[in-house]
Amino acid sequence: MTAYNAVFSARFQTLLQYRAAAAAGFGTQLFWGLIRTMIFEAFYRSGAAPQPMSLPQVVTYVWLGQAMLVLIPWNVDADVRAMIRSGTVAYELVRPLDLYTLWYSRALALRTAPALLRALPMFAVAGCFFGMQPPPSLAAGAAWLAATAGAALLAGAITTLITISLLWTLSGEGVSRLLPAVTMLFAGYVLPLPLFPDWAQALLSFLPFAGLADTPFRMYLGHLPPEAVFGVLGHQLAWTAALVLLGRAALARATRRMVVQGG
Amino acid sequence: MPQIVVENLAKSFRIAERDPGAWGALRGLAHRRYRTIHALGGISFSLEPGELVGYIGPNGAGKSTTVKILAGILVPDGGRCEVLGRVPWKERIAHVGRIGVVFGQRTQLWWDLPVVESFELLRDIYRVPAKAYAGARDELVDLLDLAPLLDVPVRQLSLGQRMRCDLAAALLHAPALLFLDEPTIGLDAVSKLAVRDFVKRLNRERGVTVILTTHDMDDIEALCTRVMVIGQGTILSDGTLEDLRARVTRERWLIVDLADAAESISDPDAVVMRREGRRVHLRFDPGQVAPAALISRITARHPVSDLFVQNPPIEEIIARLYAEARP
Repeated sequence: MTAYNAVFSARFQTLLQYRAAAAAGFGTQLFWGLIRTMIFEAFYRSGAAPQPMSLPQVVTYVWLGQAMLVLIPWNVDADVRAMIRSGTVAYELVRPLDLYTLWYSRALALRTAPALLRALPMFAVAGCFFGMQPPPSLAAGAAWLAATAGAALLAGAITTLITISLLWTLSGEGVSRLLPAVTMLFAGYVLPLPLFPDWAQALLSFLPFAGLADTPFRMYLGHLPPEAVFGVLGHQLAWTAALVLLGRAALARATRRMVVQGG
Repeated sequence: MPQIVVENLAKSFRIAERDPGAWGALRGLAHRRYRTIHALGGISFSLEPGELVGYIGPNGAGKSTTVKILAGILVPDGGRCEVLGRVPWKERIAHVGRIGVVFGQRTQLWWDLPVVESFELLRDIYRVPAKAYAGARDELVDLLDLAPLLDVPVRQLSLGQRMRCDLAAALLHAPALLFLDEPTIGLDAVSKLAVRDFVKRLNRERGVTVILTTHDMDDIEALCTRVMVIGQGTILSDGTLEDLRARVTRERWLIVDLADAAESISDPDAVVMRREGRRVHLRFDPGQVAPAALISRITARHPVSDLFVQNPPIEEIIARLYAEARP
């Protein structure tokens, strides 16, 4: 494991150095968070019917989302894409490492380091000024942390699968545009998933994307009771396992037909 | 026992093609045409421990494909191949732990990290014990003069500096076998000499087997005891540099500086290749005329201020071999 840990922490530390990107991301996410909370406030003020979530819960849900935005798999690993396009990927294959685990380690660093860098200031600012509330109980907070770890593992598996798809598409342009639209909708970024109509709930809670944001956030809010954490983790880990198997199968196929670009 | 055994190794690629222009692009959407390229058409060779082999051939001849198969990166379509007793692509992880690879056009160092951190990452990746790592690192830093570079991020290195660091990176885990794919490409004269000198010492003193692919014939002349020439996916020649020379041509070149610019040379046993001012380049076959006889005949007939005999440069030999191989 030390080898994969070393790759993970090297990548993690490198990504932590991107302060300008983090500051810009923080600013953007703060702006969008304000707009989104304002829209929900307007809706809640004009609607009379009782909603599945209270307004303070929705506001906190939105800010959690803004803080953890880059944890969801919204982009490809630019490093691996550059390696595949230039043929440097050959060096990844001369390492005495399992290529899937190597890329998964990279993906996990790509998901977690930027998220950590943005989440902490966002919690502070949104908590102090914009109505983000702390979890109602210690148990809810602990359940949220556990579910966030599950979300990171799941996000890593999806990111790795997308990385592997680059071996076919080379550019990743298409997937980079399609992916955020799909993940953000189904993870609860457009609308918190509990606010979707009842007929959509079964599908939404089955798909893996709920485990990236929605279920951890609802653990935080106490919208799901702390003991539901086992079900949430089970859902996340089952999907992670399925996506890892799928990724491994795809990678095995890809390496057999691999053409290393360039002379 | 040979370290590398290759028998009838074959590999072909299927590449998509389209006609040029917008119409070609549109037709390509509906109907993809594929062309099969036979990169390797069944090559065989074997390599003993401690050899330093030059592996040369024109662009697209199959050099890199061979190296990538031997390194476990590509899977061949047919044939047998064993490196250090293992089939590279079947036991890739165990295999690559025992070899070192340098692709001259690419770097294996982490772009954003200082050189020494890349080395430490490689130590962890190859699971090199701390003591062995410290020893190997210090020795390589010393041999390649890397001490001033260790704390510099890789992106700030010059090409020559980067190549020296890449060589060290490929050797930290003390591989028995080193693949060098165009290690001197783009380097200045001083860096080239440094790389050559290092590779030579590595081979002579530590007994590391080296497979070197290059387009620089000076690399070959300076380093290799054995040269394999590949063209069109088959091995055209395999032997010492002298064998290669003898196989392609026995001719020798006589270069004469005439004292008088108006003079011209003609001799039944020598052919004038070209003339630059007073300098005349002749070629002759030493089997047909003894060099001493030819020289005394020419100096007797023409006023000569200087002359010398040389072998055709190795580039010339290789170019002829490549030309013969063309279909």
